[in-house]
Amino acid sequence: MAVIAMWIKIDEERVVQGLQEAGEKLDSAEGEVVADFSSVRRIDSSAIRALEEFAGTADDKGVKVVLRGVNVDVYRVLKLVKLGSRLSFVA
Amino acid sequence: MIASEKVQERVQIPLAAESLSPERIAYLETLVSQARTAAAVFTQFTQEDVDRIVKPMVLAGMEHALDLARLAVEETKLGVMEDKVIKNMVATEFAYNYVKDKRTVGIIREFPERNLVEMAEPIGVVFSIIPITNPTSTVLFKCIMAIKTRNAFIFSPHPKAARCGAEAVRIMYETALKHGAPEGVFSCLESNNLQESAYLMRHKDVRLIDATGGQGAVKAAYSSGKPALGVGPGNTPVYLEKTADLNTAVVDIIISKTFDNGTICASEQTLVIDDEIYEPVLKKFAELGAHICNEKETELLARTVIDAKTGFMQPMAVGQKAADIARFVGLSVKPNTKLLIAPIQGVGREHPLSVEKLFPVLSVYRAKCVDEALKVCVDVNHAGGLGHTAVIFSHDDEVIRKFSEVINAGRIIVNSPGSIGALGAVYNDLVPTFSFGCGTGGGNSTTDNVNVYHYLNIKRVARRTQAHMWFRVPNQIYFNMNAVENVHQFPSRSTIIVTNPSMEQLGHVDIVRRYIPEGTHVHVSVIPDAEPEVKVVMQGVEALHFYKADQIIALGGGSVIDAAKIMKLKYESPEADLEELAAPFLDLRKRVVQFPTDKINRARLIAISTTSGTGSEVTPFAVLTDKERGRKVTLADYSLSPDVAIVDPQFVMSMPKGLTADTGIDCLTHALEAGVSNYASPYTDANAMQAIRLVFKYLPIAYEHPHNEEARCMMHNAACIAAMAFSNASVGVNHALAHAFGARFGVAHGRANALMLPHVIVYNAAVPAKFMPSPYTQGYVAHKKYAAVADLLGLGGNTIEEKVKNLVTATEQLLDQLGFPRSIAELGISKEEFERAMPDLTKLAFEDPSGRSNPRMPLMSELAELYWKAYQGRGLAKVAGVSEQQTA
Repeated sequence: MAVIAMWIKIDEERVVQGLQEAGEKLDSAEGEVVADFSSVRRIDSSAIRALEEFAGTADDKGVKVVLRGVNVDVYRVLKLVKLGSRLSFVA
Repeated sequence: MIASEKVQERVQIPLAAESLSPERIAYLETLVSQARTAAAVFTQFTQEDVDRIVKPMVLAGMEHALDLARLAVEETKLGVMEDKVIKNMVATEFAYNYVKDKRTVGIIREFPERNLVEMAEPIGVVFSIIPITNPTSTVLFKCIMAIKTRNAFIFSPHPKAARCGAEAVRIMYETALKHGAPEGVFSCLESNNLQESAYLMRHKDVRLIDATGGQGAVKAAYSSGKPALGVGPGNTPVYLEKTADLNTAVVDIIISKTFDNGTICASEQTLVIDDEIYEPVLKKFAELGAHICNEKETELLARTVIDAKTGFMQPMAVGQKAADIARFVGLSVKPNTKLLIAPIQGVGREHPLSVEKLFPVLSVYRAKCVDEALKVCVDVNHAGGLGHTAVIFSHDDEVIRKFSEVINAGRIIVNSPGSIGALGAVYNDLVPTFSFGCGTGGGNSTTDNVNVYHYLNIKRVARRTQAHMWFRVPNQIYFNMNAVENVHQFPSRSTIIVTNPSMEQLGHVDIVRRYIPEGTHVHVSVIPDAEPEVKVVMQGVEALHFYKADQIIALGGGSVIDAAKIMKLKYESPEADLEELAAPFLDLRKRVVQFPTDKINRARLIAISTTSGTGSEVTPFAVLTDKERGRKVTLADYSLSPDVAIVDPQFVMSMPKGLTADTGIDCLTHALEAGVSNYASPYTDANAMQAIRLVFKYLPIAYEHPHNEEARCMMHNAACIAAMAFSNASVGVNHALAHAFGARFGVAHGRANALMLPHVIVYNAAVPAKFMPSPYTQGYVAHKKYAAVADLLGLGGNTIEEKVKNLVTATEQLLDQLGFPRSIAELGISKEEFERAMPDLTKLAFEDPSGRSNPRMPLMSELAELYWKAYQGRGLAKVAGVSEQQTA
């Protein structure tokens, strides 16, 4: 069973900062990190970049990134920018 | 749109990117990546979001219209600054006016009456090639299109218009970004080269190539393997016909051909003038500032502005002033000369000036007549202008129609300037654009003026439609004992009674005659008691003509009534081709061959049935035997339905037992098949159920006690009621099997039906190997409907499976009671003979139209299986549980 090392709540107004802060804590994370996107209705280009960066750092550290509560519009954006396959999703 | 790059584009655009440095590849990848992200983010935007961005972009474009025009002229050294301002304004203001209220996000159009909705899906990343001739206006226009459709554009301006193109992109991008557009939505190649274009055209994340330019760019776009909107060069013929308003025409042509020094590819290239008005037209051109070249000047001009080797225009002349071109060529013209007019004698390589000339040089041709003028216009059209634009000035609608018919052009501009007319929304109601689709004639995928809808994937959401159904029967049906008396209600001058010999012998004809109003001339036409033949029918038609009949009374079984239906058809519409009318169809309302509606005669058809089975007195069907061709012709159309049906049991009281059983089971089969048919409706169900109830109750009595009036009456009604059901819901595979089997082995129709019936109920009640597509039904319900029949008959059972089983048992018991053979084998048909017949039987049964309304699609192998079950006999029919099969 995976150990949930970190749970972060992403605020729609602070997606980039939230992900950056989470990235900084990845060192202490074990197993997987769950980012709760349930309050994020839309993402912009900077959020996508932050997410790419976050996923990359997590990859390097062997941490699995799980996005929780991603709405279908945001999910579609992540598919279009080909981030979908690099992340895991839970309802 | 513009062909000035032609000379340059003769160099092949490379297909790969071998010569690109890693730095350039990285740069291009960044552009695409940014655009891809922007396009992805854009998918979340609403209509209100994009409209909020578009408006300030339009205003920014208009605000910078002059600056951009000046920059474009300075950089490209072609065109007219003042005209480019207008172009920039049209590209923004006119485009906005067209798109502002257009829905381009989410649901964009709704067709409630068709249960259809169109939804927009953005394309994604678009690579857009911008021509030198409209370097800023095209960018402004496409940026508006991009935002309106939520796409990201990478622009590639012409190398000689790189600065002004980039500036236009910058203005649009900054404005868009300021108002919420996604970062990276527009970008512009720093320096355009062919390798980079090729790289981007082939990039996997570039979804569409939007190539407005010369033939080379368009061809490269289409060759890239990507969807492309490639719109290329033209060669616009303009016909000035003698009925035209000459003042308007001449001014319009000057406006058009001098607009931005002729750089719009829709502008007039060769003017064809009717002989009668040739001199006055040239005089008007000269008065308004055109220089009419003499023969020598024309030759000199052609030699200078057209490349003799290629036959194309020289780039150095593109977008230059007429006076400057004249000076360069060495012609002596007035300083303010607007246009050089060069008379030519034909079209083609020997006449160099007959090609596209994107500068103010107009070739003219003097045509002796309309025919010659049209032919020359066709020649011009075929000399590089296919699919693009053509212009005509005329007030003769017929000439305009003919011109439009013979010229292949996406835009045919009438009585207005070609260039500005083609742009749309100024002189006409064409969609405003800066990209002219040229159709297949120009190697393009569209003839449209390219606008928002070309930058969208349009998704159609098609909800299931409620198919219209019908319930059609004769509007007068008289039933019960002595219903024949109602014949007296129908006045007639001349009536023909179509009947068969036995009806005469039984005295039935006399009974009918008794009720025909006095003073009516009555002729009795006796036909053989067999399926009607073409010859017999045609003899009847002759009689109808001879007696000028206005009424036909068909007295008999199905064969007599069918014969009368066809006699009426041929009498009223002699041209009706029975062979053609028998053409197969899938949907009655969409059939290819329609029954005639023009009638030269009119005759009322009263059908009096003397058997209780076919129900022909109310059906729209008729079967005819064509002995000469050795085939049956089945006709089906509601126009064949009798006008009046009389269902009087006195005519069936003497039916023999065998016929009572055969026709009774035919009636039951009609009702059961209509009940589970894919065309069944609540209307037909009501009739089918009632008919089934009556058959189970009264058929055994009518069979055992032929003189029981109530039983005879109810069976006669049952046959008619069942016929009303199957006239509207059709029958099914039981009839398909019975038709083929009965014809092959000479077995009466009712008897053939009886042999198949229990097996078909079991077959239809099971989960189909293949479902029959049907817009009329929801889910598979045949087994439930059989169960409902069992309930109606009070057969008991707790589950659907039990109820179906009880119905099969009850049906078998009824057949036993009526003395039907239990199997085909009992008829004395050997197994070998039956086996030999099987391929033909299954083929004929499969092709029989009856099977098309069956709830379960009968596979050929299943038809053979059903035949073999019928061969082996009933009592073996096993109802497989639906749930059991589904889990198996």
